[in-house]
Amino acid sequence: MQEQLRILAGKMLADGRAARVLGWKRTDFETAPEPSFFTAQDDLSELVYNKYCAANLSGFMIGAGKRDGVTVVFLKPCDTYSFNQLVKEHQIDRAKAYVVGVSCGGNAKVEEMEDVGWLERCLVCTKHDHVVYDELVLDESLSRPEAQDRFGGVTRLEGLQSLERYEFWQGELSTCIRCNACRNVCPACNCKKCVFDSAKYDTAAKANVTTFEEQLFHIIRAYHVAGRCTDCGECARVCPQDIKLQLLNRKIIKDINELYGEFQAGQDTETLGPLTAFNADTDAEPSIVHTRG
Amino acid sequence: MQITGEQTFTPLITAFCCNWCSYAGADLAGTSRLAYPAEVRIIKVPCSCRINPLFVLRAFQKGADGVIICGCHPGDCHYIMGNYYARRRMTLLFSLLDFMGIERGRTHLEWVSAAEGAKFAATMSGFAENIHKLGKNRRLEDLRCKSS
Amino acid sequence: MYKVSATQLTDVLNTLAGTMDVFLPIRKDGQTNFGLYAEGVQADFDTLKTVKPPKEFFLPQSESLYKGVVDGKDIHIEPAAFADRPFVVFGMRGCDVLGMEILDKVYLGEPVDRFYEARRGHGCVVALACGRPASTCFCKPFGVDASDPQADVTAWLCGQYLYLEPVTERGRQLTHKLEPFLQDADAEDVAEYRQEIRERLEALPYNNLSLDALKDADMLEVFNSPVWDSVCDACIACGTCSYVCPTCQCYDIKDYNTGDGAIRYRTWDSCMYSDFTLMAHGNPRKTQKERFRQRFMHKLVYHPSTAGGQLSCVGCGRCVNKCPSSLNIVKIMKSLGVS
Repeated sequence: MQEQLRILAGKMLADGRAARVLGWKRTDFETAPEPSFFTAQDDLSELVYNKYCAANLSGFMIGAGKRDGVTVVFLKPCDTYSFNQLVKEHQIDRAKAYVVGVSCGGNAKVEEMEDVGWLERCLVCTKHDHVVYDELVLDESLSRPEAQDRFGGVTRLEGLQSLERYEFWQGELSTCIRCNACRNVCPACNCKKCVFDSAKYDTAAKANVTTFEEQLFHIIRAYHVAGRCTDCGECARVCPQDIKLQLLNRKIIKDINELYGEFQAGQDTETLGPLTAFNADTDAEPSIVHTRG
Repeated sequence: MQITGEQTFTPLITAFCCNWCSYAGADLAGTSRLAYPAEVRIIKVPCSCRINPLFVLRAFQKGADGVIICGCHPGDCHYIMGNYYARRRMTLLFSLLDFMGIERGRTHLEWVSAAEGAKFAATMSGFAENIHKLGKNRRLEDLRCKSS
Repeated sequence: MYKVSATQLTDVLNTLAGTMDVFLPIRKDGQTNFGLYAEGVQADFDTLKTVKPPKEFFLPQSESLYKGVVDGKDIHIEPAAFADRPFVVFGMRGCDVLGMEILDKVYLGEPVDRFYEARRGHGCVVALACGRPASTCFCKPFGVDASDPQADVTAWLCGQYLYLEPVTERGRQLTHKLEPFLQDADAEDVAEYRQEIRERLEALPYNNLSLDALKDADMLEVFNSPVWDSVCDACIACGTCSYVCPTCQCYDIKDYNTGDGAIRYRTWDSCMYSDFTLMAHGNPRKTQKERFRQRFMHKLVYHPSTAGGQLSCVGCGRCVNKCPSSLNIVKIMKSLGVS
């Protein structure tokens, strides 16, 4: 597949249909390819595609869309949902992107450059098909790890007592170093100025000084992408402290599914999101939180 | 105000009231001489959908023990549909806070119209009573703001 | 040199914890960070690198500088107290020890940072040799001997024993406290272990980087180099590299309104952030390219120019390991001519 991608990218660059190709570049470590823009055909020998190409490239397309010419971008099935969501939010210029959907057999979790199994997101993957593409490069021989229940972790936590949940989150969030990697890597987190960076508010913070600030940052980060989060799992992948951030995002997704009907962000570019729509007659009152167990 | 210990616990309750219905409801409660707890501090907002989750969290940060949101009844929104959006937003927010182990009773939403002075007073009394039972907000507090 | 039976390690730590705070690597949910030791806590000396560098015990991620308390029409200033409690950081790796040396040059040089100085004055460092260096390690080019790290005390966990070699006076005082557990040992006892470590280091991909290309680098030439145009393409502008770096030293000072006054505090900062060195007129580095360049210019050019050629990198490899986009300082050094 890697070879096919190189040939395709080479053709696009050679006949001038594309100004650049966004893919993954070989580095000193096989397990750590780097997202990269290729503009010269000669460099394409550095283009790689394997199970370590975990980075979701759709977020980079926001910037690429502001440059001249068409950008070829390789997207795994789950990445295409993020891409679609960004098109829906008018963040990506669809006309300036040439989407090449690539097959995915799951991405590896890497620690100290060692392959230590699958990424959690790949174990619960539900997004098997590309929802947007101009061309597909498929490899039917790739098989995915056996699927587990996506909401299993959320359900387990919901079953605990309030205080136990509180203690669980205190334990998780107290390790947060506020590097903002979860926020910056998130395709949905694309505000030009984040409230946590803006000097106009005293929410701007470069460290969690108190446990409150740990909670504040993570509640707002998760909530701000409510209804827009495609569950691409990048936040959890990049967290240097391995905080289970996906649980926060999935709790919101689970609530949306249960209260307002099944919804998958990025499925298409037209449907109104669950928080930009309402049902005057059937929507539950917030007090439902008290009775849902 | 000096908080001297658990025995004399006086909660601080932040009530976000929409300008058109609930704030007028509070007014009516006052002019009707209906008593509601003095620990309720009202912040007027143009519409219940103006309330950003950050407002709720910041209220807790700055010392609130409970946060209540009041808006026009569904169908009565001055901006036609603001409260419908608020309803979904706050449902998800309250649920997320509950998921993180914050006591459920610390957040509440109630629809109060301009004519419902009595409901406003009763809602506030009930909410304040619940907060009294829950005690001081410990799980979502910023210790820096509790110096005195 | 002394040795302690590994089975008595808990007694050793308990003894130390009786007179001072002991910070050591503790594993929690699959990640290891330095934390406060208390009886019953399991130390993790197997994990090579903690996520957060141990510099935080000398330069905390956030610390209060003073409080302003409103009293009627007056504002009272209450300065924060300097550290006055002795502590030991047990199990710091050679790279992190060198990182402290670099921080010393910045914070103990004029004007001396009193908060840092107080912590440095009360802290003792027990350095632990790296039994299993990782493929991301490259401390040798920076002059670190991972098999014999030099701090107040050097330690080796080898076989059934913990070997301790006090290096400084403070280190001797520390080992003195442990006398009841100590047996005499000989440097020969760890010689084989040290040799093993050196052989493992030799097999690592980055172990023999030559930094000569950076020695006589011309500041402006590097600054204006075309490599900066594309090398930061993948950077997502997070602060992971800065916050896991044992030599990153920049901080931001902020005020927090507590309702009845204000706390002035400082926190680690990252040059990757859009509000780094933000001033009234705006930000001097408007693009990510400029901010990205700042980080590496500081480490590879600016710092050496004021510190006798010493680079502000120690080869710990944390950024290599943790960058979400697989960028790192080795990649930058290589694009600047290091081989």
